[in-house]
Amino acid sequence: MSRPAQLRRSPLLTIYAALVFIFIYLPVAVLILYSFNREGVGGFPPRHLTFDWYRQLFADSAIWDAVLNSLMVAAASVALSLTLGLLAALALDRATFPGKSLFRRLVLLPLILPGIITGLSLLMFAVFAGAPLSLLTVFLGHGTALISVATTELFAGLQKMDRAQEEASLDLGATPWQTFWRVTLPNLKLSLIAAGLLIFTLSMDEIAVTFFLIGRDNTLPLEIWGRLRRGITPEINAVSSLIFAVSVGLIIIWYRIRTRGLGAKDPAENAFKAFPE
Amino acid sequence: MSLAASNPQHGLSATPGALLEVLGVAKRFGDREVLKHISLNIASGEFLTLLGESGSGKTTLLRLVAGFEQPTAGEIWMSGERLDTLPPYKRRVNTVFQHYALFPHLSVRENVAYSLRVKKTSAAEVGGRVDEALRMVKMQELADSRPSKLSGGQQQRVALARALVNRPLLLLLDEPLSALDANLRKQMQSELKALQRELGITFLFVTHDQEEAMALSDRIALLSNGALEQIASPREIYAHPATAYTAQFIGQTNLLRGQIADGMARCGALQWPADGPGGAAVFSLRPEAIRLASDGAAAHVTARFHATLQQQFFSGASELLEVNCGGQLLRVRISAHGPLFGEHDFIFSIADAIRVQE
Amino acid sequence: MYSRAYKTLVSLPPLLWVGFFLLLPYALMFAHSFWAVRDGVLVHQWNLHNYATLFSKPVYVKVLLRTMCIAASVTLCSLLLGYPLAYYLSFHAGARKELLYQLVIVPLWVSYLVRGYAWKTILGSEGVLNGFLQYLHLTHEPVAFLLYSPFAVVLVLTHIYTPFVFLPIYAALEHIPRPLVEASQDLGAGSVQTFLRVVLPLSIPGLLAGATFAFVLSLGDFLAPLLVGGASGTMIANVVQSLFGAAYDWPLGAAISVCILLITIALLFFSERLEKRWSFK
Repeated sequence: MSRPAQLRRSPLLTIYAALVFIFIYLPVAVLILYSFNREGVGGFPPRHLTFDWYRQLFADSAIWDAVLNSLMVAAASVALSLTLGLLAALALDRATFPGKSLFRRLVLLPLILPGIITGLSLLMFAVFAGAPLSLLTVFLGHGTALISVATTELFAGLQKMDRAQEEASLDLGATPWQTFWRVTLPNLKLSLIAAGLLIFTLSMDEIAVTFFLIGRDNTLPLEIWGRLRRGITPEINAVSSLIFAVSVGLIIIWYRIRTRGLGAKDPAENAFKAFPE
Repeated sequence: MSLAASNPQHGLSATPGALLEVLGVAKRFGDREVLKHISLNIASGEFLTLLGESGSGKTTLLRLVAGFEQPTAGEIWMSGERLDTLPPYKRRVNTVFQHYALFPHLSVRENVAYSLRVKKTSAAEVGGRVDEALRMVKMQELADSRPSKLSGGQQQRVALARALVNRPLLLLLDEPLSALDANLRKQMQSELKALQRELGITFLFVTHDQEEAMALSDRIALLSNGALEQIASPREIYAHPATAYTAQFIGQTNLLRGQIADGMARCGALQWPADGPGGAAVFSLRPEAIRLASDGAAAHVTARFHATLQQQFFSGASELLEVNCGGQLLRVRISAHGPLFGEHDFIFSIADAIRVQE
Repeated sequence: MYSRAYKTLVSLPPLLWVGFFLLLPYALMFAHSFWAVRDGVLVHQWNLHNYATLFSKPVYVKVLLRTMCIAASVTLCSLLLGYPLAYYLSFHAGARKELLYQLVIVPLWVSYLVRGYAWKTILGSEGVLNGFLQYLHLTHEPVAFLLYSPFAVVLVLTHIYTPFVFLPIYAALEHIPRPLVEASQDLGAGSVQTFLRVVLPLSIPGLLAGATFAFVLSLGDFLAPLLVGGASGTMIANVVQSLFGAAYDWPLGAAISVCILLITIALLFFSERLEKRWSFK
């Protein structure tokens, strides 16, 4: 039995990678841990573990109002972003027109621009138009900013689609309209679901743009933000932990759908396509 | 433990004159045995080809010699020193990759100079050796181009120069011509052969194309399912295939299955005098060894059979006939003859019916 | 294959929407930066006063410089954490690559607020880290600079953006054909030389993309300073935020925003150009 030559495994790199992983996960792990701590947030170690904070959370009506508001905004944002994002993706995939490159950049801009810029611009616009700040303005802000997410996902889905299917449909006598509903959309089913999930999660967690467009009714992140001003309580840990858990669940589902639909061969490329090129 | 160490003078190769010795090498991936205890030697200055279908293990064996994989069992020695325990960058072996693997961010010149730069060779020496290598492959004019601007054939030359500039003891070529079109392939085969002769470097060449193997090699090592079927010169392997597989893979043949009994070989409707141990036997009979009886008798002892013509394929200098002899389909190659019909008598020299292992 | 009607139908709605709800608002902000506030009222009087203020008043320049420093630190730290992680996953992780990849990117999309808040609870004087250090008797008093300092802001932002930086670098590394690495080793280069001569140069587009992303988003961040920055950790976006809040001066706020916007666009432009130069097929 021969001895293997110098191994390429580098223990130093492995340890370093492990440390980076710990850095990424530790804070939230601590946060979750302390949501069960009777003594509150801080100090070490957490001694008495309890569900009290969760009980308090579930009795907190203001939080649940905020959750409801967030859900409404998120659902509406999904509808708006998906519709416009689908059209934008189709346009980028199939049409040529002057200023197309500019259009593409403009659509993707909110993704790379700091949220404050988009938020403030929309605020100025609302004031200029005389519109009062409310959940409606929040919805318009989310919907507009998240078109970029929808466009990216759906564009990737269109690129992977077999063009010949649409040609076959037309060849067999279907009109472009029928072809869209019978062939194009079903092919995009997975992309649509994936995009929808992502937009929903991002809208639920959105804070930067929302900050400037919020009226009297709070979304969940803004509600938490307001409480932070009054002081830290483990109840905030509890709701944060729940947000984290639900978001992680949704994102895992999103990822599974995406790599299944778009071809698991190149997961790096699939997920990276969420960024402007 | 080491097989070669059984030699009292530890460190000397088991076979003098051999540059590379592969001793009982096996390789397993998971539960798949890709190579099953291969042993062979390569002489210095030899052009040895590893020939086989995909999955035969030929590329794996090459990669073991290059150092990109470790053998699960066995050892590899080069020039009397243990090779398989060395990492690739310490072996005096260089590889020409199947898809060339040229560095896209470096010019042709810098690609070729890569190994010299890594060794911190002086700039003056680098310049000279790179120019020499480029001249060898006729790529001096394109020295400052990027690989992406070159054609497949040009990239292949650069890959060759890059490997040769190092003056390796052994050059490994992993199906380097398979991506080229037919004409370019023939041309490159000729150039490769000439280059090898001129430089005297030992070549270990991998291909699935048996014509290519026969044209280029000093010896061919035929691999099948991870095992070495036969290793011999092209003429030897063609004229005296050891197994049925070899006979079929290299060139075309008719495999005749039957029995030897009482000094006669009987395969279907054919029979001829044959010696050798009795029992079941398989014979390889090349199509060109069979002739029409009407074309005249042969000097050697011949066997004769009667068959019906089923198909005739004309190919310029020769004809390929498919004939039916008592239910057995045989292929016969004769020189251009004009259309034939019906039944004919055929003869072949008994010596041309080679007994092979199944 | 697609008729003009089809193409118009799909292009027009998003074009109009994006034009109306993105282009127009950005243009409006641009316009605001040239207006002024007199006696607490917005006046549409075109002037360059806001920009002059921004570049002459030391307090704004100081904050802007601090912001740039913080953004640069975040970018550097994220690269130092994200690149080795991506390299490890791409070249050393083997069968576990897919699982580890999910572990890295999943938290990426989870609430900024949750993560920023987590650090807030850890870094405070009464926080978990100080409690931990005191528990181990390493310190006897709370360590002050952990929270409400630029250090805390850099820490939080690095935590947020390391996965963002990881993604494009990982994609770039995955695109490097493995035969190139083998060829490099075949030609005599060990792991380090192979990395420096082959892997790193070919990963530069991904590196640039990630770095640009981290820098630009850190530059315009206002949440982390609010959470953990304190007085010494204020960034330029906080200044903007207060100008749109208590310190009511929208035109000045707009001017600063326009500057941030222009810096962002300029960085994106140059980054894209550089990426193209370093892309080799």
